[in-house]
Parts: sequence; structure tokens; C-alpha cells
Amino acid sequence: MAKSIKIRAKLSGDVTKVKALISHPMETGFRKNKKTGKKIPAHFIQEVVCDVKGNTVFTAQWGPAVSKNPYLAFELKNVAKGDILKLSWVDNKGESASAEAAIR
Amino acid sequence: MKRRTILKGTLAMGVIGTGISAGLLTPRSVLAAWPKSAFSATSVGDALNAMYATDKRDSSSKIHLKAPDIAENGAVVQITVSADMDHHVDAISIIAEKNVNPMAASFQLTEHSNPFVATRIKLGKTSNVIAVVKSNGKLYSTQKEVKVTIGGCGG
Repeated sequence: MAKSIKIRAKLSGDVTKVKALISHPMETGFRKNKKTGKKIPAHFIQEVVCDVKGNTVFTAQWGPAVSKNPYLAFELKNVAKGDILKLSWVDNKGESASAEAAIR
Repeated sequence: MKRRTILKGTLAMGVIGTGISAGLLTPRSVLAAWPKSAFSATSVGDALNAMYATDKRDSSSKIHLKAPDIAENGAVVQITVSADMDHHVDAISIIAEKNVNPMAASFQLTEHSNPFVATRIKLGKTSNVIAVVKSNGKLYSTQKEVKVTIGGCGG
């Protein structure tokens, strides 16, 4: 699952802009399989947590309305170049993944 | 707010307890309770009440909501929210008014975060997108209508 998250964290001035792309189907639970007519069960990321040096600095809580293969961007301050940023997610089936990137 | 979070956390522990014993979840992710009632609410007011314990909000011009006027594909609508409030921003929520479950995404900010988030959401049909910002214990919001030509929730 290591490749399921792509992160870029870039410091410019005193703001670090973090951009992430996560591979995930983000099924709403409302969609039907066209062949069988059965509903496709909901499968979506519920929480994305960003840690820097072991401290949680940003949390995203998502519902199924977030698009497939989610894109997330946010800004951090008071972090330094070279700090390791860790992004991890948990979905409604209990699956999870995480990835790390150094702030450039 | 705190008490509510703790209550929710306890509840979640009970439900996901089996998950922990199976080694699927780390205790850390269980502690931060996902607000199920906010995401399963079917009206904007209910969603806000579940998330913030109030649905009282003032409209504010200090919130900048960037969304397309027309989304050709409702499955992928890029939303950017930033704010320049007088006080620190604690949380930002993105709400799609006409979706079955309006609460789309909510972000908890810390002293390390700037009030800026961007993500992509699904819109079932043409709808107001509402950005709600919590700052200094109060809720502020701004909204913008996004016209959807192809729905994002249909099969």
C-alpha cells in the first residue's frame, strides 16, 4: 500500500504547502452494479491524519462525498525544512495506509 | 464539545473494539472519533448540530470559497476554502446542500495549520456548496452555487 499515497510538502516563506493524492475507490454505498443490480457497499476514507514529528497538526474527516482517489491540500506553519511529515488514513472497513515525506 | 468527543470516543471503542483485537486498527486512530451522526445527517442543520453542537452561523465575507460555476462532472468538483478571520480558525467544513448527506468533509486545524484547505468532492446535482468555518467559538459560513451537468452519485 506504500504507493497509495503521494505527498508533496514544500516550504516557501514560512508556509508549508502540503498536497496529497490518495488512491482509494471512495464508494458512496448509493451506486448500483449495473450488471447485478446490487448496491456496491460503501467504502470510503473516514479520517486522514497528518503528523509532524509525532504531533498531529491536521486532521481531515471525510464522508463518502469526497471524490474517488482523493486530493487534499492544506497549509502548515511553524514547521521546518527537513521535518518528516506523516500522512495516514483509515477507511470505514478498517483498512489503513500511511506515507512519509520530508518537507522540502 | 470536549465532553461530546469523549462520549463519542467511548462509543466508537465499543464498536471498533473487535477491530483492535484483530490488529486492524491502531489505538490512535480509534481515539479520534469519526462523527458518524454528522456525516449521516440528511439536512445541513442536522449535520452542523452533530458536528459543532449548533447550527447557528453568521455569513462572513472573510471566508473565501473557490468552486467552479459549472461542474461538467459532478463526481469531481474541486473546492478550495481559505479564511482570514480575526481569530485562529479551529475547523473548516465543506457542505453540499443538495447531497443526500450534505456533510462532505470536515477539517480540524491546529496551531500549526493555516486556514486553507482544498479537496475534490462529489455533487449529486446542482447545489449550493457551503463552507463553514469555526473560529473563536462561533460558526461562520459562505456559499456558492455550483451547476452540475452530470451527477456524481448516479450509476
